[in-house]
Amino acid sequence: MAGFAPESSRIPEVQRVDARETDYLRDERSPNKFLVHRKVFTDQQVFETERRKVFDKCWIYVGHESEIPKPGDFVAREIAGRPVLFTRNKDQEVRVLLNSCSHRGAEVCRERRGNQKRFRCFYHSWAFSNDGDLINMPDEGGFPEGFRKEDHGLAKPEQVDSYRGFVFATFNPEQEPLEEYLSDAKYYLDLTADQASGEQGMVVTRGTHEYSMRSNWKLLAENSSDGYHAIPVHKTYLDVQRSRGDDIAGHTEKDWKESHAFDLGNGHTVTVKRAPWGRPVARWTPSMGEDTKKTVERSHQRLIEAHGEERAEMISNLDFNMLIFPNLVLNNIMAVIIRTFYPNQPGHMNVTAFSLAPGDEDEPARRVRNESFLSFLGPAGLATPDDNEALESCQRGYEARPGECWSDVSRGMDKADPANWDELQMRTFWRRWDTLMGEEA
Amino acid sequence: MSFRYPEDQQVSSEKFTRSEVEDFLYYEAQLLDAWKLEEWHDLFAEDGHYIVPSTDNPDGDLKMDLALIDDDMEGIRGRVQRLMSTYAHIENPRSRTRRMISNVRLWDHEDGELGVRCSVVVHRSRVPGTTSYVADVHYRLRKQDDSFKIAFKHAMLDHHTLRDVGGVLSIVL
Ligand code: FES
Ligand SMILES: [Fe+2]
Repeated sequence: MAGFAPESSRIPEVQRVDARETDYLRDERSPNKFLVHRKVFTDQQVFETERRKVFDKCWIYVGHESEIPKPGDFVAREIAGRPVLFTRNKDQEVRVLLNSCSHRGAEVCRERRGNQKRFRCFYHSWAFSNDGDLINMPDEGGFPEGFRKEDHGLAKPEQVDSYRGFVFATFNPEQEPLEEYLSDAKYYLDLTADQASGEQGMVVTRGTHEYSMRSNWKLLAENSSDGYHAIPVHKTYLDVQRSRGDDIAGHTEKDWKESHAFDLGNGHTVTVKRAPWGRPVARWTPSMGEDTKKTVERSHQRLIEAHGEERAEMISNLDFNMLIFPNLVLNNIMAVIIRTFYPNQPGHMNVTAFSLAPGDEDEPARRVRNESFLSFLGPAGLATPDDNEALESCQRGYEARPGECWSDVSRGMDKADPANWDELQMRTFWRRWDTLMGEEA
Repeated sequence: MSFRYPEDQQVSSEKFTRSEVEDFLYYEAQLLDAWKLEEWHDLFAEDGHYIVPSTDNPDGDLKMDLALIDDDMEGIRGRVQRLMSTYAHIENPRSRTRRMISNVRLWDHEDGELGVRCSVVVHRSRVPGTTSYVADVHYRLRKQDDSFKIAFKHAMLDHHTLRDVGGVLSIVL
């Protein structure tokens, strides 16, 4: 399985990256050391600053095009702390509109999803198109001379763009184009999008996991690709899979094969491996049940037909956990999960997660996928709730010595080819975060 | 009749009394509150199913959509095995739970099974705090000997997200 390693992986991290010492990070050489100051998880000032310097600067994931397939479709959600409407207009174009009336600020839509051409604000009845233009209002003649409707549309992000169905927005007029920003992460978005061999492509399924953690958002950025915690935290998941017949040793090096961690540029990271679980797209394991074997094999066969042996092998068997900086996780593991999170306090975040599946999947295949997803993932799954507890426990622990303690993130930093149970992925995130925090606003 | 209690009619069972059904529901609640989860597992029929839909999709397609919990008996066994272990970290120490059940309605299915609908509040207390889940729960029950077996349990949460109720759903409703 070659072709997935970025250029940066040829040079060991400590040779490639300069040492640094800031208010938040100690990234030292000889001896090699990587420390993160714990005030980054608790401090109100840090929280205010990262809203401006991180979330208002970067490209932020909005949603997947499949969530609004038809003209007039819309979904209301929050991105980077702002209420938005994710819409499709009559010309099939995707729009992102701030859900706050240009008149006095009320939400112009209070439904969570639906299909409508117009959004009428209930406060004074101004009506907007799903492009965000102000169409009409009662007693238009009462406004002073020079009042022009075209000046009063709904506010929009500075830029909106998409890559293979994944839609992003940024509030930064200077932000580089999306494709450049995504850098080597594109390779893994392609691998994911290519799981669908049918015309519909990959689609977000109905049913959203909307949950929360009483912990800092950066802990989830770390945790979502932290291979080191898998055995101690997710022992119950692994035990259950083992009692259902899977070959699981409960031992890091034995269960995670061909594992690497990569720096994908711009703070994006990925860990790749061949994990001990099954993959509904093409890797059957006994825990999935004998009756599902044919369904999974059929899916594998279709991938070979669509992409050829070599590419199909990557799509089928490469497990990866990717973080697109700052707050989009795309884990292509026992199912494909899209997960975003945003802090509303230093010690609290809202998490939203979706399942991404081939659009032409039939009922038996979807059944396999949903069971595989829920065997691990989600706020009622067999693993994710324990991540919640681990992160919340860290956050409670930070009260122990406020303002004077450092967390260690140095594992594997002197290795030439670190694995997913090392911490290159987290250091890559932290360096990017620290760089942005150090820039002029 | 579907698995839902009709919203606009008042129906009841001709074969079973509310009190015998309530006795059964209270027994299930008693087992769950006491963390007797293996015994709770035994209340299900062999083809039993336990579903909690996602909070944004309570009326979704049970076959295709992503739920919060979608357990066949294999799934229920796994969930019980996990929760009874001391490595289910979020439930170690275990939550104290107290279930309140009311508004119990019954109806007879043509195939002899009994439909039950009830309102359930589950108070969950942990060291970091207490939350309460509110759910509209539907069952299909099968008479067996002098008790029932659960063929289907479908618990629809009223909450729009899990953020109002402590963030997760790590217990059985
Ligand atoms: S606030 Fe929307 S019409 Fe006045
Ligand atoms: Fe985890």
